[in-house]
Amino acid sequence: MLNPAFLDLQQLQKQYGGHPVLRGVTFSVAAGSCFALVGPNGAGKSTTVRAIQGLTPVDGGEICIAGQTLSALGTAGRAKIGVVPQMDNLDPDFTVEENLWTYGRYFRLSKVKIRQRSAELLDFMALSSYARQPITALSGGMQRRLTIARALINAPQLLLLDEPTTGLDPQARHLIWQRLRDLRRQGTTLLLTTHYMDEAERLADQVGIIDQGRILVQDTPQGLISAHIPGEVLELRRLDGHTPDSENWHQPHVAVSERVGDTLICYGQDLQPVMTHFAHDPAYRWLQRPASLEDVFLRLTGRQLREAEQ
Amino acid sequence: MSNWQEAIPGPGAFAVLQRNFAVWRKLLIPSMLGNFGDPLLYLLALGYGLGHFVGPMDGMPYITFIASGIVASSVMNTASFEGLYSAFTRMNAQHTYAAMLATPLRVSDILAGEVLWTAVKGLISALAIIIVAYFFGAIQGPWVWLSIPVILLAGLSFGSLALVMTALARSYDFFMYYFTLAVTPMFLFCGVFYPLHSLPLFAQDIAQALPLTHAVALLRPLLTGHLPQQVGYHLAVLLLYTLLAYAVAWYLLVRRLLR
Repeated sequence: MLNPAFLDLQQLQKQYGGHPVLRGVTFSVAAGSCFALVGPNGAGKSTTVRAIQGLTPVDGGEICIAGQTLSALGTAGRAKIGVVPQMDNLDPDFTVEENLWTYGRYFRLSKVKIRQRSAELLDFMALSSYARQPITALSGGMQRRLTIARALINAPQLLLLDEPTTGLDPQARHLIWQRLRDLRRQGTTLLLTTHYMDEAERLADQVGIIDQGRILVQDTPQGLISAHIPGEVLELRRLDGHTPDSENWHQPHVAVSERVGDTLICYGQDLQPVMTHFAHDPAYRWLQRPASLEDVFLRLTGRQLREAEQ
Repeated sequence: MSNWQEAIPGPGAFAVLQRNFAVWRKLLIPSMLGNFGDPLLYLLALGYGLGHFVGPMDGMPYITFIASGIVASSVMNTASFEGLYSAFTRMNAQHTYAAMLATPLRVSDILAGEVLWTAVKGLISALAIIIVAYFFGAIQGPWVWLSIPVILLAGLSFGSLALVMTALARSYDFFMYYFTLAVTPMFLFCGVFYPLHSLPLFAQDIAQALPLTHAVALLRPLLTGHLPQQVGYHLAVLLLYTLLAYAVAWYLLVRRLLR
């Protein structure tokens, strides 16, 4: 890495009532880069983000922002950070611009500065024509954009985004991704948590997969894919619901395979023989695709549901 | 636990106060209507209606006696309501505190801003009553303006107490206990409707421990043209309530919000 780490987390430990949530989370984010923290529900993503803001006191480990420890920075550290929370917390009684003005006052910015910044930010987030509208007049995607604009009011060096596009339609997601890439180009360091793998793949320079309070792997999206998924992917689904390829005909032709219900997922460099064999079998439907981060994620964190923890 | 220096608020508290004031200003008309309407009804019903049968009390017409009591109890009600329901809505439903904590604001700034705001709201409602009662001739004398700092201090004490409850609350239902066990008894037994000395001695002792008694003891003379007795003692009790409740609320909020 050329740039020094802007954010550095070393061995973060945290437990709630004896239940460990962070078990040695360690990673660093280079200045001006985008790091995606991906993991299933309850993996420790939001706790990590809160810890970076100094809102969750950790039981062990250290957080450094721009070379200074969080404890040395105190709340002054938060003046360098912008936060897009998982749950929208815009002020429902205010208009769009009043939300930005009020927020700017929390940073003790001057009124002139706040007005100038909010006009720029509303323009940047394509919200200028809604400046005087109440929050209730905004769609979910627009509220999210306003939350991002609000997080930028103090021109933060580090922007934390906790699941920034959860629940948004594709148009809204693409606009937000575009803006986040603009920010990164302008030199803002981004840390985002997500459980959308395509989001991580599109935005992040580095991806860390977190599960049960530990970073399992960290690399570029492509690096993770090539290290963990050999070649391409073929999904064979058996339409009658029986076990697909119960005789294991595919075995010698693939590097790895996995059965998930009615589907057989094959990974390998050359899956042509398997495809030819099953292509004309009317009991099967198939899908051939390049390996994605989602394959890596599921292989590393397993396929069982994580509804119990939140 | 965080160190106690963190409990001392900074200038950020004024940004919180400003935010609440800006929201209030947007809802000015309905809010003011309540502030003027309620006391008008109380004064008419109790001052004239009941006063007709009661006659003079403590050497003044009943409407004059009760007007100052209603000023004090209204500060309690308004500051309590703001510190309970409104503050809890901001914390729990609107996640306003979470948004604030993502900025350089600290828990103490938020708490102090909220407490200051409860006092300002208490003052607004008190002034509305003072204005209404003035036209009934129930507020008089040269010391009325001195009631403003007393009203603010009383508002701070009731607001801080309410925020202790808010810091503990899991839902709005919890506040019913506080109203039934604290606000309503104070409303009825702290000298708002009749002088304390008409209560049995043990009840007078209990009343002496409650903040509303001291707010009434200061406000009734000031609003009826006299200087109060034992000013230092009454102010000290209100101040003590404010400081203790603020400290407890701060401790509980830190435990709740920074975990």
